[in-house]
Amino acid sequence: MAETLHNWVRVRAMMPPGHVRTPSYLRGKRGQVERPLGPFHNPEQLAYRLKADQQPLYRVRFSMAEVWGKDAENPGDTLDAEIYAHWLEPCDAP
Amino acid sequence: MPHDHHDHSHEGLSPSGHPYRADNDGPLTYWQTMEIAMRELLIEKGITTAAQITARIEEMDRRSPADGAMVIARAWTDPEFKALLLRDGSAACKSMGFEPGVLRLIAVENTPDVHNVIVCTLCSCYPRNLLGLPPDWYKTRAYRSRVVKEPRKVLAEFGLILPDAVQVRVHDSTADMRYIVLPARPAGTEDLDQTALADLITRDSMIGVGVPSQPTAQPTAQKTVTKAAR
Repeated sequence: MAETLHNWVRVRAMMPPGHVRTPSYLRGKRGQVERPLGPFHNPEQLAYRLKADQQPLYRVRFSMAEVWGKDAENPGDTLDAEIYAHWLEPCDAP
Repeated sequence: MPHDHHDHSHEGLSPSGHPYRADNDGPLTYWQTMEIAMRELLIEKGITTAAQITARIEEMDRRSPADGAMVIARAWTDPEFKALLLRDGSAACKSMGFEPGVLRLIAVENTPDVHNVIVCTLCSCYPRNLLGLPPDWYKTRAYRSRVVKEPRKVLAEFGLILPDAVQVRVHDSTADMRYIVLPARPAGTEDLDQTALADLITRDSMIGVGVPSQPTAQPTAQKTVTKAAR
């Protein structure tokens, strides 16, 4: 199921304050979209009861080599996480 | 004191010689006080009733890994249902009468080449509607921080040693999805029905830190007894 991975993306390496659901260990890392999940309200606004934009949410698959570099336990293992569109930018394959 | 005649002190020990365990209740925290105040106000103002609150807590407590096990057992025996579960986990659960709630469920399938494991590094997101409350270890900083960095070592500590040829896929529940692992059906279970299969499916196998139990020598007879006792 859904084994065809989509385009390459990089998680933006920003560090804004507040309620952010992009784990910091993935910021700046490159991965491939595993599947789009549809639009969801932006939790960074929801958390403060602000009027929340809808943001497309994606499941992004990273290799452990990309996430942990040479410290990776097994470089070919993977990590999937859900990342909102405003945290992603297109990039080239590594 | 029954032990007072001894020449050594048993001060602070129970009659059987064990230390007393401290009581598990202390003063209320700020947020506990707030919760009680809010609950009492909602009841006083007629917005909800104590009975409704109790019913909701009971509803949450009724959910258990046995619910998830029924979903997995059906997926093992019904290819069409399995396809639905992998395509739209929430719809599959709903079709079996398990209310998925507002969060969407994604089922990830273990195969001979792939092993999946679930975590929420940011907090404790867990498919509560299908598996009940998460185990305490799932919420610990140790599990959350280590399973994304050294999943094989963590799985080995749970007793699951995976060959290098099997790819480990860690799923971090960072946002609006909840995850359940569809474990591989154990060999030698061809003759079991869904009820007997469900009894092999452990909570840990649906989180991905374990695999289903192996059937015992006479699984069918034994499982019938267990089910009837519930």
